[in-house]
Amino acid sequence: MEIDSRAQQLERLLLEREVEQFLYKEAQLLDDRRFSEWIELIADDIHYFMPQRRNVKFGEQYREHSDPESEISWFDEGKATLAGRVRQINTGVHWAEEPFSRVRHIISNIQIEDVQGDEVKVRSNFFVYTNRLKDEVNLFVGTRHDVLRRDADTAWKVAKRTIILDQNVLLAKAITTFF
Amino acid sequence: MVAQIRHSHSERSLRHLVDLEHGQISREIYVNDDVYRQEQEQIFARAWLFVGHETLVPNPGDFFQSRMGEEDVLLVRDRKGQIHVFLNTCRHRGMKVCRYDDGNTLVFTCPFHGWTYGTDGQLVAVPNEESTYHGELDKAAWGLHEVAQLCNFYGSIWATWDAGAPSFEDYLGPFSEGIRRCFQSSDGRDNGVEVFKPPYKWYIPTNWKLPAFSFDGDMAHGAMTHQSINTAAIGPQGELGGGGRHGLRAAFPKTEYEFCSAELGHGGHNPIFELPGVPPYVETWQTAPGVDDYYRRTREEQAKRFADQYLHGGGGCVWPNAIVQPQRILLKHPAGVGRTESWRLYPVDKDAPKLVKDAQRRYMMRYGGPAGLTESDDMENWNYASRASLGTIARRLPYNFQMGLGHAFSDDRVPGITLNNRTAEENQRARLRRWVEFMEAGSWDDIYPMKQT
Ligand code: FES
Ligand SMILES: [Fe+2]
Repeated sequence: MEIDSRAQQLERLLLEREVEQFLYKEAQLLDDRRFSEWIELIADDIHYFMPQRRNVKFGEQYREHSDPESEISWFDEGKATLAGRVRQINTGVHWAEEPFSRVRHIISNIQIEDVQGDEVKVRSNFFVYTNRLKDEVNLFVGTRHDVLRRDADTAWKVAKRTIILDQNVLLAKAITTFF
Repeated sequence: MVAQIRHSHSERSLRHLVDLEHGQISREIYVNDDVYRQEQEQIFARAWLFVGHETLVPNPGDFFQSRMGEEDVLLVRDRKGQIHVFLNTCRHRGMKVCRYDDGNTLVFTCPFHGWTYGTDGQLVAVPNEESTYHGELDKAAWGLHEVAQLCNFYGSIWATWDAGAPSFEDYLGPFSEGIRRCFQSSDGRDNGVEVFKPPYKWYIPTNWKLPAFSFDGDMAHGAMTHQSINTAAIGPQGELGGGGRHGLRAAFPKTEYEFCSAELGHGGHNPIFELPGVPPYVETWQTAPGVDDYYRRTREEQAKRFADQYLHGGGGCVWPNAIVQPQRILLKHPAGVGRTESWRLYPVDKDAPKLVKDAQRRYMMRYGGPAGLTESDDMENWNYASRASLGTIARRLPYNFQMGLGHAFSDDRVPGITLNNRTAEENQRARLRRWVEFMEAGSWDDIYPMKQT
């Protein structure tokens, strides 16, 4: 294998750094409840997808995740629905988020998997802690597969996001946060 | 005899806790452990329960992990094609014989000591049987425990542990036709739907009765609970007409009522029609081009099929915990006195093109379940209503079920049905009345009114 030149390594490092900073900033907008700014970071053609996860027999892992082509997933939507969620949460009468939950996104293990033109495939892990009213606590842990696209206005936009949540029966009574 | 809450310090009778005459129901029945235990025996070991749909197990050897009450059951199509429902527990030491959500198998081999069961439930192999049991094990007597009765009702699978229960159709009584139609395709053919996989499954920290008895029984909650939904415009028509969450429907001469069987406990929100046939089709899939073409055509076929019939009635809660409506099924499984395992399954026309199935599926995903824009707000209210009823003082206060009390009526066009205003609490009172009867009954003979007349 050819060893990358110093310049290539440096370029890669800068890209990684830039992508990390974008993902941190995105998470911070959510935690700070700046949903209207967050939705600006979402591409118009996004596929926002969180499959359900089955318990399957060894050798059948290919069907562990619900299929976006034919099955029922926790989220399987585009920008119109995501934007609807943002409008809903901003009404002040979306009782599942009124009063707001306290939400913290911990994003880690960020790895760039591929670069194609102005698109970058990035994988990251998440630990989302939500704390609601007095003592309702939910932990959402999993991994994300993103495609980020360079954008003139916002530097990057999320063009595709697959969220793999490490749960079978959902342990939370509802999911009213973004990942 | 009036049943007592067993071992309860209060020693109050259930009739005392459920005062239907005055519409006052003690919160105790939602929070008391002894009541909950008694429900498992008196209700869930006796009632007909929804287990699944035949399209979840289309091929020989297919299985689907389901649930009846608190317990896991396997819906299995055996190698010969017959459908069974078994308790998912090994007859040796109780291990779950199957821990997969679904799949296809030749046998169920217990992971503890290896007892092996056929898809028909027979115990077919025990390791070292000859040397350890000396050929004395009566394998025929130790197969998987099967339900006492199973009914394939137009493709939907229902079961009961009680051999004394009436047939499922009799159990449904006047709801039989309405529930049947929920399993027709939109053109009106029986066995016309399949069910999307996998079901939504999630826990709600609330007693099972709060959501099970509210759903399709509580029209009054909509305006308040779902106040925020129109802004998201999740309906098939999108922003059109104010962004409502339901599709657009044609005006048709009918009146919608709370529509229940006071005797059997089933209830929904259903119409009585002034005209025979079905309402004309109205374009509503503005967000998914092409879908209207399909549903317009199936509506025309349905109209031909039912041209002379009055299609009064419809779906609703099949007592105790299965809410069956066209294109959506909701199950509220008890999972501890303060916890419910909630399931949602979505039927769709089996023969619809992919375009239609996809649009229908996406609409259901954004509408319902714990991540659905509409139903997340239901979870919040069901949860905290339950929590706030736990306190010593709170428990002394009954819930108010007086809406429409004393204003029920009947109509010859729907025999056996009790009606009330569309927004009332008649359906919930019917479920609670049935609840008391089940909790007190010694056997099915005490609680099947049709049998006694
Ligand atoms: S518990 Fe199943 S073989 Fe022993
Ligand atoms: Fe609701």
